[in-house]
Amino acid sequence: MTSQSPFTRALTDPAQPVPAGLVSPRGTADSKRFAVYRNNVHVSLVGALAARFPVTRQLVGEEFFTGMARLYVAQTKPKGPVLIHYGDSFPDFVAQFPPASGLPYLPDLARLEAAWTEAYNAADAIALAPADLSTIAGDALASLDLTLAPSTRLVRSGFPVGTLWSAHQTTPVSIPALSGSECVLLTRPQAHVRLTIIPPAACAFLEAIGQGRTLGQAAEAVLTVFPDFDPGAALVGLAGLGAFTTLTKELADV
Amino acid sequence: MNRLTTFALAASLTAALGGTAIAQDAMGGDAMAATEKCYGVALAGANDCAAGPGTTCAGTSTIDYQGNAWKAVPAGTCETMMIEGDRMGSLEPLDRDLPMAS
Amino acid sequence: MPFDTLPARPGLGLKPQHYAQILANKPDLGFFEVHAENYMGEGGPPHRYLAAICENYPLSLHGVGLSIGGEAPLDRDHLKRLRALVERYQPASFSEHLAWSSHDEGYLNDLLPVPYTPQTLDRVVSHVDEVQQVLGRRMLLENPSTYVLFEESTIEEVDFLAAIADRTGCGLLLDVNNVMVSAVNHRLDPVAYIDRFPVHHVGEIHLAGYDETTDDAGERLLIDAHGSRVRPDVFERYRHTIIRTGALPTLIEWDNNVPAFDVLMDEVRLVGEVLDGTLNRRLAS
Repeated sequence: MTSQSPFTRALTDPAQPVPAGLVSPRGTADSKRFAVYRNNVHVSLVGALAARFPVTRQLVGEEFFTGMARLYVAQTKPKGPVLIHYGDSFPDFVAQFPPASGLPYLPDLARLEAAWTEAYNAADAIALAPADLSTIAGDALASLDLTLAPSTRLVRSGFPVGTLWSAHQTTPVSIPALSGSECVLLTRPQAHVRLTIIPPAACAFLEAIGQGRTLGQAAEAVLTVFPDFDPGAALVGLAGLGAFTTLTKELADV
Repeated sequence: MNRLTTFALAASLTAALGGTAIAQDAMGGDAMAATEKCYGVALAGANDCAAGPGTTCAGTSTIDYQGNAWKAVPAGTCETMMIEGDRMGSLEPLDRDLPMAS
Repeated sequence: MPFDTLPARPGLGLKPQHYAQILANKPDLGFFEVHAENYMGEGGPPHRYLAAICENYPLSLHGVGLSIGGEAPLDRDHLKRLRALVERYQPASFSEHLAWSSHDEGYLNDLLPVPYTPQTLDRVVSHVDEVQQVLGRRMLLENPSTYVLFEESTIEEVDFLAAIADRTGCGLLLDVNNVMVSAVNHRLDPVAYIDRFPVHHVGEIHLAGYDETTDDAGERLLIDAHGSRVRPDVFERYRHTIIRTGALPTLIEWDNNVPAFDVLMDEVRLVGEVLDGTLNRRLAS
């Protein structure tokens, strides 16, 4: 019996011959027929990466991207049938890919794109509106645990990947002179994924909240590093971008 | 919890909420089609039951980027890009103040 | 309110680039079909659009990743995701493929062929039983398009599918383009295949465009590409099928190089004429 193991091995290793027992109507092994299956696997998975990493693709060009993606596909198959998760490790692959080493920002740009699709597909939730914060008594505020919305993602980079990504959202792409690091916040207020480059202090504040610290603890931690930090303004700004979910019953217990 | 922080937090929030800066509608400036406004930008799904185009070519040859088969160099929009050289590779965040809801 | 059956009318594969147009114009169509795996994210725009479209059209949920023909047990997590989707959208129909795609190495993202033997029949039957049990509903199983034959196969594809339907109570999805692709690729007669197909089990028909190349011996090799109009020879077999089966829900699949929505509606019109023709013939007789 032709097991699916030799079929799989031959499918994923082009050096292997057509598995025994697979034939054309002439009764012979036929490499072009088997190649249809090899092609389908590669083309569809390269296509899935191209769909998830469109700016990475634009940056390096079609030929380079396809070559890079084919190598990734050859060594990393999807873990399961839901392809929206395929390519989670692609940014790490890009970081280790010697021909791309001249573009040191490329792995972080790919990380931003991976995070973008996570934000796009994340669970729906009602966002905390800035005005909701006004209902909280002054002394309850510091002990408040805010929950990040399921779609909220932060991507920190030593490169201006948020600006770079934004520059690729228009045609023709017009790239400004770029410098510096960026903290990029992705949120999905209403239906749209929104990309905002936020100041480092706000970024640290949001990270601390995401780690489960109370607002007071988070503000205190950030103020030790950024003495001019204005936590109220940051909170209102972040809430306005849809970074938090609406207050749950914990508030009632405060 | 430090009393001062508690107080400062409440005061700064009150000031922020009282100002005109409330990002009540951060989406207001988006010039999107009416439907997109309600439902969001739609991305194509990657799961499919069709055969790939190109029929028999991809996946049939061994690829090795260290060998002769890999000759491609990045040739997209990266060619037109200038990033300040001295900061390349730095992972230290620089203190840049960008608007919160640009 | 969910629609509980697919009407015997033309339907289209739902493509994200057409979401807005569909909601704005409400085209006259029997149903929409989606690939289940594309709606397995937790939330966001895909679900918003699908929910809105389901208010106006019956939905056919078409799985592409369950690997029913696989040697491995069915993926329980994937079955749970499917069940959640079925509960969320209450589709009028759920269908999957007689194929496999998952192995130890991971998910291979293609509909790979299954040899037809008594052993593989038992395995597919138990998998279909399991799917129907978990989903709590009858499913349709689709005939594949294939490019190779297994020397070990001892059962003809039509008999294999008929036996699955008889033993599990599942329905069948007859893809006429797949019939054409496999028939040409294996030097079989597509009309004979359709004439032997157990039509009383068929709950839906698929149509699509194929591509064409050649094999090692230079013989014609058709590819199930879903990237063009339905080819005239497939349309002819479709007409033949409908005369035999009577009107059935009929899907136009177009997944690669997706054209403007008007082009799809033109295909819909052609399918509608075939279905109306059957109706008229029946009324006249």
